Amino acid sequence: MDAIDFSLVNWSRGQFALTALYHWIFVPLTLGITFIIAIMETIYVRTGDEEWKKATKFWMILFGINFAIGVATGLILEFEFGTNWSNYSWFVGDIFGAPLAIEGIMAFFLESTFIAIMFFGWNKVSKKVHLASSWLVAIGASLSALWILVANAWMQSPVGMQFNPDTARNEMVKFWDVLFSPVAVNKFLHTISSGYVLASIFVIGVSAWFLLQKRNILFARRSILVAAIFGFVSSIQIIATGDGSARQVAKIQPMKLAAMEGLYKGYEGVGLVAIGVLSQPEENRGNEGNKDFYFRIEIPKFLSYMANGSWNAFVPGIKDLIDGNSERGIISAAEKMERGKYARNVLSELKKAKERGDMETYEDLTLRFSDETFINEYFRYFGYGFVDDPARLIPNVPLSFYSFHLMVGLGFYFLLFFILAIFYAYKGSLERRKWFQRLALLTIPLAYLATMLGWIVAEMGRQPWVIQDLMPTFSAVTRLDSTTVQITFWLFVIIFTALLIAEVKIMTKQIKIGPKEGGN
Amino acid sequence: MFENLSHLALQQYWWVIISLLASFLVFLMFVQGGQTLIYTLGKTSIEKTMLVNALGRKWEFTFTTLVTFGGAFFASFPLFYATSFGGAYWVWMAILFCFIIQAIAYEYRSKPNNFLGQKTYDIFLFINGALGTILIGTAVGTFFNGAMFSVNEMNLSQWETSARGLEAVLNWHNVALGLTVFFLARISGILYFIRNVDDDNILPRARKHLLYNTIPFLVVFLAFLTGLLLKDGFAYHPETGLVSMEPFKYLHNLLSMPLVMLFLISGTLLVLFALYRGLFTTATQSFYYAGAGTVMVVFSLFLIAGFNHTCYYPSVFDLQSSLHIENSSSSHYTLTVMSYVSLLVPFVLAYIIYAWSAINKKKINASDMENEPHVY
Repeated sequence: MDAIDFSLVNWSRGQFALTALYHWIFVPLTLGITFIIAIMETIYVRTGDEEWKKATKFWMILFGINFAIGVATGLILEFEFGTNWSNYSWFVGDIFGAPLAIEGIMAFFLESTFIAIMFFGWNKVSKKVHLASSWLVAIGASLSALWILVANAWMQSPVGMQFNPDTARNEMVKFWDVLFSPVAVNKFLHTISSGYVLASIFVIGVSAWFLLQKRNILFARRSILVAAIFGFVSSIQIIATGDGSARQVAKIQPMKLAAMEGLYKGYEGVGLVAIGVLSQPEENRGNEGNKDFYFRIEIPKFLSYMANGSWNAFVPGIKDLIDGNSERGIISAAEKMERGKYARNVLSELKKAKERGDMETYEDLTLRFSDETFINEYFRYFGYGFVDDPARLIPNVPLSFYSFHLMVGLGFYFLLFFILAIFYAYKGSLERRKWFQRLALLTIPLAYLATMLGWIVAEMGRQPWVIQDLMPTFSAVTRLDSTTVQITFWLFVIIFTALLIAEVKIMTKQIKIGPKEGGN
Repeated sequence: MFENLSHLALQQYWWVIISLLASFLVFLMFVQGGQTLIYTLGKTSIEKTMLVNALGRKWEFTFTTLVTFGGAFFASFPLFYATSFGGAYWVWMAILFCFIIQAIAYEYRSKPNNFLGQKTYDIFLFINGALGTILIGTAVGTFFNGAMFSVNEMNLSQWETSARGLEAVLNWHNVALGLTVFFLARISGILYFIRNVDDDNILPRARKHLLYNTIPFLVVFLAFLTGLLLKDGFAYHPETGLVSMEPFKYLHNLLSMPLVMLFLISGTLLVLFALYRGLFTTATQSFYYAGAGTVMVVFSLFLIAGFNHTCYYPSVFDLQSSLHIENSSSSHYTLTVMSYVSLLVPFVLAYIIYAWSAINKKKINASDMENEPHVY
């Protein structure tokens, strides 16, 4: 195996994480607020009430400011697969490239074309065409999310493909399996719902500020009502899909689940940690489960149920997954590494045979890559063949654990928050509840925090894999000088931060200006 | 339908689509060209605002086409994506930085409390317009002149210079293409302003600068085209895949594909016709002639780069590592799936044309800038 420059790997990961997290500051708001705008405009078109038009246009201004910077960061993400992850781009480009291209053709054009009508078409097209454009922008934004999440889900759960030893890459063989894999469907619904929740909280929080300022009261009340209902429905969907996610992670990425729960040694009837403080670094994986926490409150047996649908099911811990557990049929990391190395070796021998013109050996070895036994016993561990130390197979446990638990806690808090908002809106007492108005403002940053934590769980929890079990992150990287990546990393930090500051300043100013009469 | 096509036919189909996307991208770069002229053609604040707003209603089409071009290249020819983007790191990063600053510039430039000031956002637009076009053109120049990379038996690529793609500027032919794209974008931008801005002061200035940009455009375009037709090209043997140098390869390609030659000649004539109308008549509708001509010329250049057993991304470090449509594409299955998706393109084009015409029904004038609900 080529020597790996881990400084390069870390800077490349840092750069991608930086871009992704900055991108994700803006995308969820776009996903949700476009629907809220479309709903408000629908009410305006149906009732003719100018106050709804005013609200529609106000939220549209904020959407426009947010959208521009989301576009800028999104462009970088797409091209970084090539610039910084070139080995990855070849190894799975046959599958991964397709969703990105479909996203461009199917979603980006829809979004960008009808945004032009949304912003510039008020006096140029009919009310109904304008309304249709607003809906198409909302649908386009979520469609765009669909394709990129399908791509991401495939990295977590690679399906619908076959390895081609001739080209040394994975090739798609079942498109519908890729598109409708349970992980993809669940990830899409969970992630877009998180965007809808964030946007709803944003709208409620900003509207609450108007109530605190005792201005634009009708606008604020109506905005809160629409956003609270939309947010409530989305919250229910988040919780339902979150439950589905846990089951999938348990099956496909058991190490991620163990890290998310801080579970070092598996057992039957494992409880779900509701609140806990980890007591030791991840390197010490030998301790019994109940010694890994300074303090914790558990929901008894719930993790077993979440993971397997049975209260007494066995859930493997980090130690089981690394050292193996013969009783439970779990093979050790060392064994997987051996099998992975063997699969890599077969591929290498095949290439050598082809080069020296030994076609008999070449054809014999080629056949092995379509042999079910070889695929299931060896090739499925291909990525382990790049790993030199089992410790590399353990993700960052504290980061995964705290991110996961904080995200879940916030998710339930948001549900409660929306129920309260609907209740006060129904009672007509929103203006009197100063504490709720302040709470709503404070909840905005929490919504951003929760959605970021979701990505941290998903992406940090699956390390070291860029493609689960098939390709570790450090094999996927473009062989660059790490100083080169450091330079671009810091350039991105400077430019993204400057743009973020600009965005926040412009947005707060626009909020202070508030909605205008006639909507202009 | 598509599943019955051979792998080669699908590879050719996708090279046509890539070529079409590239040609529309260059046409839509009138936005970039126009951005470099805001301070040249606009002298007062309202004039600059009109010019920015005329372009601001279109910038997302260019941006989206660029993103789709990248995605389509990744899906159809992933080895190019892996080799070029990872290899020519600095070139692609520079291009990306040029486009990040464009995406926010329109929306933020005139908003109160915008942190960096309007002038900074206008400089962003200028940088995007000038550097973005020159760099993309220069990078595409390597399709004809080659780059310094190698590809191993596992199809993993390695860049062989520390300049990471910047060495492309040392080849005059690459730079000539970069400058051609730059001046063509400016010409298209001016013709777009003539077509879409209703202002008595801007119009004469635009016509004057059309002349100033036409002369250098013709010089660099002719230099590039002559160089291309006279140069040796990178040919591969259809059966063995062996790559070799062939004298006058691109000229041969044109001669063996008469339809492509017709496209190149007709496209060039259309651009020249648009320039003639813009320079010597009072016509205001030349923009679309120039646009159609641009699409035809760029389309034909991409076809001679990738068709007729030509390596579209040659390696001058190791000839046998050169990429052509047969050794760098996605599998038959993936290209088939993508081909079905490509059937959506006419539908996409239809709604783009609808939206474009709905927004551009009438020319922009100074009073619009006061009455429009959304002004950049």
